[in-house]
Amino acid sequence: MQQRYLLVAFIALLLIAPQLASEFHVTLLNYIGLYSIVAVGLVLLTGVGGLMSFGQAAFVGLGGYATAYLSTATELPGWAAFLGGSPWMGLLVGILLTAGVALLLGLLTLRLSGHYLPLGTIAWSISLYFLFGNLEFLGGHTGISGIPALTLFGLQMKDGRNFFYLIWAVVMVVVWLTLNLLDSREGRAIRALKGGVVMAEAMGVDTARSKVVIFLIAALFGCISGWLYAHLQRFVNPTPFSLYMSIEYLFMAVLGGAGHVWGALVGAGVITILKQWLQDWLPKLFGASGNFEMIVFGFLLVFVLQRARDGIWPILTRLIPQRASIRTVVAAEPLPTKALPDAGQVLLEANNVVKRFGGLVANNNMNLMVRAGEIMALIGPNGAGKSTMFNCVSGVDRATEGKVLFRGREVTSLDSREIAKLGMSRTFQHVRLLATMSVLENAAIGAHLRGSKAVLSSMLHLERAEEKRLLAEAARQVERVGLKDSMFEAAGSLALGQQRTLEIARALCADPCLLLLDEPAAGLRYLEKQALAELLRKLRGEGMGILLVEHDMDFVMGLADRVVVMEFGEKIAEGLPEEVQRNPAVIEAYLGGVE
Amino acid sequence: MDLQIALLLGQDGITNGAIYALLSLALVLVFAVTRVIFIPQGEFVAFGALTLASFQAGKTPGTLWLLIGAGVAVALIDLSVALRAGHVRRIPRIVAWNLVYPAAAAALIFLVKPNEMPLLAQIVLSLALVVPLGPLTYRLAYQPLAEASVLVLLIVSVAVHLALVGLGLLFFGAEGSRTPAFSDGSIVIGSLTVTGQTLWVLGASLMLIVVLAVFFERTIYGKALRATAMNRTGARLMGISTVMAGKLSFLLASLIGAFSGILIAPITTIYYDTGFLIGLKGFVGAIVGALSSYPLAAAGALLVGLLESYSSFWASAFKEVIVFTLIIPVLVWLSLTTRHVEEEE
Repeated sequence: MQQRYLLVAFIALLLIAPQLASEFHVTLLNYIGLYSIVAVGLVLLTGVGGLMSFGQAAFVGLGGYATAYLSTATELPGWAAFLGGSPWMGLLVGILLTAGVALLLGLLTLRLSGHYLPLGTIAWSISLYFLFGNLEFLGGHTGISGIPALTLFGLQMKDGRNFFYLIWAVVMVVVWLTLNLLDSREGRAIRALKGGVVMAEAMGVDTARSKVVIFLIAALFGCISGWLYAHLQRFVNPTPFSLYMSIEYLFMAVLGGAGHVWGALVGAGVITILKQWLQDWLPKLFGASGNFEMIVFGFLLVFVLQRARDGIWPILTRLIPQRASIRTVVAAEPLPTKALPDAGQVLLEANNVVKRFGGLVANNNMNLMVRAGEIMALIGPNGAGKSTMFNCVSGVDRATEGKVLFRGREVTSLDSREIAKLGMSRTFQHVRLLATMSVLENAAIGAHLRGSKAVLSSMLHLERAEEKRLLAEAARQVERVGLKDSMFEAAGSLALGQQRTLEIARALCADPCLLLLDEPAAGLRYLEKQALAELLRKLRGEGMGILLVEHDMDFVMGLADRVVVMEFGEKIAEGLPEEVQRNPAVIEAYLGGVE
Repeated sequence: MDLQIALLLGQDGITNGAIYALLSLALVLVFAVTRVIFIPQGEFVAFGALTLASFQAGKTPGTLWLLIGAGVAVALIDLSVALRAGHVRRIPRIVAWNLVYPAAAAALIFLVKPNEMPLLAQIVLSLALVVPLGPLTYRLAYQPLAEASVLVLLIVSVAVHLALVGLGLLFFGAEGSRTPAFSDGSIVIGSLTVTGQTLWVLGASLMLIVVLAVFFERTIYGKALRATAMNRTGARLMGISTVMAGKLSFLLASLIGAFSGILIAPITTIYYDTGFLIGLKGFVGAIVGALSSYPLAAAGALLVGLLESYSSFWASAFKEVIVFTLIIPVLVWLSLTTRHVEEEE
């Protein structure tokens, strides 16, 4: 409960601060609040999502200039006259403009590798800065003055102390929305962006959409901060919206602790106060005027990245005794399940699949068929091309030639996300879990497609009913694979064998009719293997089709209904386990030929 | 606009474009070898130009103090690492490069009067001060994070950029400098007068590109860099030190940067923060080459130079806007033609 007390204490402090602090300190706190709003957006974008933007100050500027122009405009053309004179219209137009620009930039750059977004936003940031400075109607470099004060509930906000409450109320709302978002179905998808894109896509997450979403949210937070700024200062010019300010915002997020929402507030506070302080005495020290604080910031940031890459917040939280996180899963109505196909019906068919990597032929004319209610094993020596075949079938990779049919539909050129929707789910040979997330949350990513509530309801936590059902389902699958005791531990703390088992739970959360398992028994102990075999038999009994890559021959031979053997990318044998075991080509592949 | 002006603007554009091309090559090189997006490239441009200007004004350039300071810092770190690991044999080398070299440079500058020396000697001296800052920066800022993600390295780049711009302001002040042209001559082709400086820029750029090409094709170090760019792990398994590759690529980048600054200083006034915009225009070129193709990057950079020069004629207030929005169609093209499944971090 400690955290709740701290939060209450923090809010109480915010409530009395303006009454105790001097005018100067209230102004400083106002700025920290304004910067925090932007920095929270960057934490979501950079710290959690692993994307980077140098355009945040430009979004702040868009929000600021939109309201500055509209609320002071006297010469709007007739059709647009209704937009003028009101800060609220300014806010609305600012939000629309920002959303438009962010969508465009996001769509342009987010499909490319990660470093194009920062480069694209640098260009956007510089362009907008020069536009602000050169457009006549925006006042050029002198800017726009005479912006009206905000009036809220009949109260005119001319005083910094009144504004303080408005700014910090917005800060708290922004923090609340962001924390809510991260603790939801959409939030798990967002947290998978950093280091789990392939996995998330295979679980049906549209990662490109998630990226655009967080870029949009971060931009809108910037816009709102800019709107507040304009009405606090009652004056805007291009300077506070330059690339340098964008860089400063980024520093706040990184310094505070890029992955922690509250860290944004710490970062904004530290940088703002430090800057104030350095600007006072560095020019005296050097005997010249200039923005020398950037030297210190530069060194400080390199030092932080080298020594404490997670920033200040995790260091602070270590000082506070941690409350144990929620350790119960609330019972909820089970999610609806899809009816499984009748046993014996063909689920998956691969016809003459060829996969080339440059000159290397990893799969050559592979044919394969899996029926509902059977376990099909794909075996072969290391490097035979089994995992490549898995990737081609599940859409993680695309076959160079040939056809893959799933439930009678051609899926050869579909993305893994689309294939997941059709009812195929898989595990990975090299475990792809999000190490810092709990076992339960990792499993819940598998249930992504069984929920439908999107970003807005997640941010407002209006999706709690659905979320409960998703988590209950995840808990059920975690229990089913025998990991109940580690449900709330970080996935990265599990032994490798258990991590593989967790991947199966995640795949089962998707309610699939075909399960692709890549070496599920590797790293398991004898009893665990038996339990796994039991589980797979049970799933088969329920009518699920299972395609299995495995090296453990005892495990395969006792379990599989049919076996396909691969060597050098080609199928060398197919049949019942006993037949395959006697096949001379198979024996040669495994044991080597006799000269 | 008549033909005369068009030709003049074209000449300007190609001159600047040649500089951007050099920078874009360096950016592609550094990114390929180290995965660092080298934002501070522009600071080396400014440092090169301003160091030369300081010599000509008879002042001691602040980059000397930076060289000494960075040298001492690297020496302290490397010596403590070497002593802890018991590599006593490394010590003379560390001392020589990081302490003796800067001290020798300082002694030379105080003994000779650089402002009375011929231009060529001044240029060599400027390069001798600025170029070693590249590998020193790599050692101090990037090497401890060499295996971090592109994102973290990018944040480091921004931090280094800020620190260097601030130091530039401290060393050289807020006033800009312009150096005299390498030659006053000019040649007349038809109705067009080509200034000597333009010929110098084009000639020197071409020469540098040829030298780099020979370096990468013919020398063992050039091949080592190419190998590292293609496959870091593979190169390391073949005995190529990634630390060496990193320092060498930064050395080349700071050489190209400082040299570009010296070339461009007679054409434009250089301020402590001018380098950033120049470097970013190199970036636009590099992005045209998708951060991987040298010829495309150079062509893109030339395009940037021409675009800038013609737009400064028609809409001079918006020339930066026009240049930087050039990357939007490029990004559209790249995003339509690339399909990649890539795990980042």
